Amino acid sequence: MSGKLLLAYHSSVGDVFKALADPTRRAVLDELQDRDGQTLFELCTRLINRHGVGSSRQAVSQHLDVLEDAGLVVRRRAGRYTFLHLDTAPLRAITERWPTDHREAPP
Amino acid sequence: MKIAMTSVLVDDQEKALRFYTDVLGFQTRHDVPLGTHRWISVVSPQSPDGVELVLEPDAHPAARPFKQALVADGIPYTAFAVDDLQAEFTRLSGLGVTFTQEPLQMGPATTAVLDDTCGNLIQLIQIANT
Repeated sequence: MSGKLLLAYHSSVGDVFKALADPTRRAVLDELQDRDGQTLFELCTRLINRHGVGSSRQAVSQHLDVLEDAGLVVRRRAGRYTFLHLDTAPLRAITERWPTDHREAPP
Repeated sequence: MKIAMTSVLVDDQEKALRFYTDVLGFQTRHDVPLGTHRWISVVSPQSPDGVELVLEPDAHPAARPFKQALVADGIPYTAFAVDDLQAEFTRLSGLGVTFTQEPLQMGPATTAVLDDTCGNLIQLIQIANT
């Protein structure tokens, strides 16, 4: 039981690391940080213009699947449209494991 | 050879004519009864002899799934040029128009994407004077 929980913990944190490991996926998070709630079209436009990412819409969509699995991106259906939202909550697992704010900076 | 006409596939021609004239500001060029539908085209008041936009019925069974797939991903079907995108965005928002993309500057171009209420997304684009 505890082994299963441990596995679940590791796999969910692992997904975040895997999601962050790719520069295109980090660019996706940068652009959603700049403006939350974009269509796939807007995101692709931004990736091409600001990051030189010429990936196909299908490839970007696959990156979004990985980010969604890691909980970093939420696809929200609103009527006939789908908007993409950033959720940075999973990143907390990283700073909870390796806190950044409890140690004094070295002299 | 020159491009004289282009078209958008609309779910309701009368509603489309109202939107493209009353809201967007185009002028009716042709409005001819044609069986169960009409042959309707509009032009820009800035170029009344320019390209006509035909408001064509989307009655073909393949048309609606195609349109829905584009809309779901936020992809505009066509684009219109504007002189002042921010002003048009403010004006059209005031008229209740839904934008799926607010003005976004990318290099020399600023774009926004609106819903034409007839099943299409339309991009507005302003190219900076060089």
